[in-house]
Amino acid sequence: MACKVTDQDFEKEVLQSPIPVLVDFWAAWCGPCRAIAPIIDELAEELSGKVKVCKMNVDENPITPAKYGIRAIPTLIIFKDSQPVETIVGAVSKATILNALNKVM
Amino acid sequence: MTEKVYDLIVVGGGPAGLTAYLYAKRALLDVCLVEKGPIGGQVLLTDWIENYPGFPEGVSGFDLIELFKKQVEKLGLEVKYDEAIDLTVDGNLKIVHLATGEKLKAYSVILALGAAPKRLGIPGEDALIGKGVSYCAVCDGPFFRDEIVAVVGGGDTALQESLYLTRFVKKVYLIHRRDSFRAIPILQKRVRGNPKIELILNSVVREIHGKEKVEEILVENLQTGESFKLKVSGVFIFIGLRPQTEWLKGKLDLDENGFILTDKNMETSLPGVFACGDCVAKNFRQIVIACGEGAVASLSAEEYIQRLKNA
Repeated sequence: MACKVTDQDFEKEVLQSPIPVLVDFWAAWCGPCRAIAPIIDELAEELSGKVKVCKMNVDENPITPAKYGIRAIPTLIIFKDSQPVETIVGAVSKATILNALNKVM
Repeated sequence: MTEKVYDLIVVGGGPAGLTAYLYAKRALLDVCLVEKGPIGGQVLLTDWIENYPGFPEGVSGFDLIELFKKQVEKLGLEVKYDEAIDLTVDGNLKIVHLATGEKLKAYSVILALGAAPKRLGIPGEDALIGKGVSYCAVCDGPFFRDEIVAVVGGGDTALQESLYLTRFVKKVYLIHRRDSFRAIPILQKRVRGNPKIELILNSVVREIHGKEKVEEILVENLQTGESFKLKVSGVFIFIGLRPQTEWLKGKLDLDENGFILTDKNMETSLPGVFACGDCVAKNFRQIVIACGEGAVASLSAEEYIQRLKNA
């Protein structure tokens, strides 16, 4: 399962992570977000130890999405060494996400 | 070792593909679904569906697809989450080539590929996707609370989504290149009666400006030739659909816009290959039509497979 991150622990869980982090910005009212949720959980299992996979609910956590200029969901951002290095907007295939992750792993 | 041969491969997991899959399972066919993204397709982008029979109060796109999915899962849903990139023929068999290199063999194939939102193709559009340029009001609308946005288009989707956006935004400029809408009368009536929606007719968006996010758009009135700027933080584009059929060019007959040509049994010009839903060349694109065509395609495929096996 992907871990939940919040505005409060984003710094610690994502920015200070020693390995790359994929953050899935989502909300309950977004059909495509709910539809890709199983893919995100699969990635969390398969990439365990190599990439940390997290989810942030944009309704409960307004600060971080605003900081990264998120205006659409689902948005997936890959963070490496506390920097956003890849952004994927929209519900895409697992292969597309894996391709983006392979560039940073 | 002989490779597995399916009876049927359904490419695409929206309403057309899932209905085709349902009928195939009930015909006891050995069938596999190929889907490149999440199951559901464009329906997932729809907030509220009021014209699908059986739901007197309407239903959300996500919930409708969950019900479709549940119904096929009961019969066993086998999905390859992969993208079909080529279709070839080997004697009696059709081969669907997947992006990961896998090749699926079957007697028959149903193409339920759906369609993707058409882009305006203007400066600023691509660069600002996800930063104010959107093709999905239900996904992105809530980010524009109390802001001013533009909607481009004049069909059912453009009007429906304009109405949806008024729940969040301060104002919607509905920009359409003609002086009348294609959308159904009930939506036109609601739009004209909504104080948050301002109509800008006979006009097109020429450019979208903004650095980190959408800041303004350049609009041209086609009648007067006058151009003017509008301050908006979002541009929602609903100007129709484009089929995702580039990979089928030269394999089967497409119309001039790339939609697949079929006969009344939903069979394409390639025998044993059927098509249904929004990827088919036709006048009307609705969920209920996609489902109907999915059933026809599946029943036709079943007949085709029987004929092959009995031959």
